Amino acid sequence: MDINIYDFYNRMGRDNILLSFKGNVTSELLTSVLQIMESKMERLNEPSRVKKKVYNILVEALQNLHHHMDKTFEELGAEFNTVIFMIAKMDTHYSICTGNYIKTANAEKLESRLAKINSLDKEELKAHYKEVLNNGMMSEKGGGGLGMIDIARKSGQKLDYSFQVVGGDLSFYSLNIKIAQ
Amino acid sequence: MENLTIEGTPKTPTIKFQPEDGKLLIQGRSIPENSIEFYKPLVDALDGYNGSAAVDIVLEYFNTSSSKCILDVFKKLEKIKSEGNDVEIKWHYEEDDEDMLEAGEDYQAIINIPFKIVEIEE
Repeated sequence: MDINIYDFYNRMGRDNILLSFKGNVTSELLTSVLQIMESKMERLNEPSRVKKKVYNILVEALQNLHHHMDKTFEELGAEFNTVIFMIAKMDTHYSICTGNYIKTANAEKLESRLAKINSLDKEELKAHYKEVLNNGMMSEKGGGGLGMIDIARKSGQKLDYSFQVVGGDLSFYSLNIKIAQ
Repeated sequence: MENLTIEGTPKTPTIKFQPEDGKLLIQGRSIPENSIEFYKPLVDALDGYNGSAAVDIVLEYFNTSSSKCILDVFKKLEKIKSEGNDVEIKWHYEEDDEDMLEAGEDYQAIINIPFKIVEIEE
């Protein structure tokens, strides 16, 4: 089947997608994506509150993908080391969707961490953040488990995630973050 | 001790530390992928410093990886204060930036240093 780029173009328009990418996440790519999103939001005349929230959450979501790339490469190989992300502007909110492969065993650990975050209310999230910030160990690159707590706090929404087992040991992790505007 | 000056980039803040009068400024964006490496020169400089300190944090954005390093910087300042020096931190945030205000409150609750949260006039 031939690729019809016009269909793809229309689809992106219909779904209000501002930017989408599939591939390897490098530091340079992140710099460009952040610059593109910043100027797009500038052109859309977004209030500074919205711009800052979207930018902040985007940084965390994309750096999460970046931080886990080396580990994914080690565990699953180059074939499963590509990720996808999409940023859309809907009527009432911005949507940041990310997807990446993960080992099924690790998916279970991640899922319980995300479920814990979702069980907390605003004040409990704040306390949890401070606890991890103050006592948590710093990973080699400095992540240290704060990213998802921060996304939950700043977006003010429960984390919307899913895991799809695609092979015995291989799962696909999707995250859909909504940011009210 | 020599002054420490790091020029800002789109992903890292300007850092200015003058041991002579104890002034420290961190200003701009702090969203590097590897923040430990970026903050190391400042953490090292504070390690060898014993004197009063007046600190201004004027950040537009910072990622969670930087948030741990910023706490490390504050912990060094806490130690400097415990050695009998005057230390004060001013955390600046823009009027409508609730997230940056809350981030200041988080640090204020964690560290034991006079900590002022100041609104930037736009």
